[in-house]
Amino acid sequence: MSDTNNEARQSSMEVFFNGLVKENPTFVLALGMCPTLAVTTSAINGLGMGLTTTAVLVLSNVIISLLRHIIPNRVRIPAFIVIVASFVTMVELLLEGFIPSLYSALGIYIPLIVVNCIILGRAESFASKNPVIPSFFDGLGMGLGFTVALTAIGAVRELIGAGELFGAPVINNILAAISSIIGRSEPIEYVPVSIFVLAPGAFFVLAALTALQNRVKRKMQEKGKNVDKIQSGCSSDCTSCSDSGCAHRFVDVNGAPGSVSLAKNAADKSNGKKEE
Amino acid sequence: MLDVVKDLLILLVGSSLVSNVVLSQFLGLCPFLGVSKKVDTAAGMGGAVIFVITIASAVAAVIYKFILVRFDITYLQTIVFILVIAALVQFVEMFLKKFVPALYQALGVYLPLITTNCAVLGIALTNVQKNYGIGFSIASGLFTAVGFMIAIVILAGIREKMEYNDIPESFQGMPIVLITAGLMAIAFCGFSGLL
Repeated sequence: MSDTNNEARQSSMEVFFNGLVKENPTFVLALGMCPTLAVTTSAINGLGMGLTTTAVLVLSNVIISLLRHIIPNRVRIPAFIVIVASFVTMVELLLEGFIPSLYSALGIYIPLIVVNCIILGRAESFASKNPVIPSFFDGLGMGLGFTVALTAIGAVRELIGAGELFGAPVINNILAAISSIIGRSEPIEYVPVSIFVLAPGAFFVLAALTALQNRVKRKMQEKGKNVDKIQSGCSSDCTSCSDSGCAHRFVDVNGAPGSVSLAKNAADKSNGKKEE
Repeated sequence: MLDVVKDLLILLVGSSLVSNVVLSQFLGLCPFLGVSKKVDTAAGMGGAVIFVITIASAVAAVIYKFILVRFDITYLQTIVFILVIAALVQFVEMFLKKFVPALYQALGVYLPLITTNCAVLGIALTNVQKNYGIGFSIASGLFTAVGFMIAIVILAGIREKMEYNDIPESFQGMPIVLITAGLMAIAFCGFSGLL
């Protein structure tokens, strides 16, 4: 009995770290890019968005896992959407009531958590197939992985774009210390590269990040490691996904009428015709 | 009358150029990056997005005004909008297939891809947030979607040219497209002087 308990605990921890590191939703799976770009203007916003998403992800994973034998397969996606949307609404109301500053900073991106690839991706690929406890840890790991990534991107953008970190003028403090050491009467002032907090900066930071990831992937391939993504909803990453991201979550993937795989085939065919 | 025209013009410039849906609000990034390899597919996608967003913002505005506000359940807006949009896209697809096959030929392939694109839900929610009436909601949806089309067609044009360029290995694929999008975003920042 204690053996099975131990095993369960071990696999839960494994699932947890899988989401946090090995299959980090932002850096490795490149899921949920819209909020990643939009709310990471400062570290605190990234942290808030990450924790909000984590809360929704954990709750929806648990509920979907509890209901996995009850929800009929054919209507599972709408059912998941309703569950996720309910939790998003609850979290939104709680934020509005208790952390109004974060609520106004994140704005429209809180309700848009509903269409975040990560949540439905995890519901579809993990919670609907696994028992409650692993699903809980999967949600927690994935959510915290997302939080870490958003906070890191937010910190970089805030540091370069405003010279601050979590609202504290770090760079200017350091520069003031340096100038007092070298004996300058006027401290050197940091001129913020404000484009990094604006929209274009988000694209540049993400471009640098993806390039880095490509490089790591290539090195791993050269060493002969398998870099295929494992058991995630959008099996390849969103950004290189030719069927416009995670749309296939919402339609039946297995060749049902109107499914994306069919649409893609049709698109390929029509392209082919035009080329002929 | 003149005031309405003026407001509409400001809305047109504001939502299609100044706060462009992809380049400054980051909504609908997935199709923007995914379907922008060729100009004609990008134009098709843009057309489908205009079609769906305009209808969806009209339906969402009507439902909001006559059901949610009336019964005082506006806090359910996220759930209601997402379900309505998902159902609506399926319905539009079936309708076009049956009654307007020519339009279906042109847009049909792209329709399932936008089922629940975050731009569609995002615009429906923004309209509610800004307290637009039904007419202005439709106009705002249309203009925002036009902004999406402008952005995706320009990006596709640049990407077609980029095929012949020698790009550093790590930057091939998505990174260079993101940098292009970033440069486009800088250019679109310039439009903010228009208002």
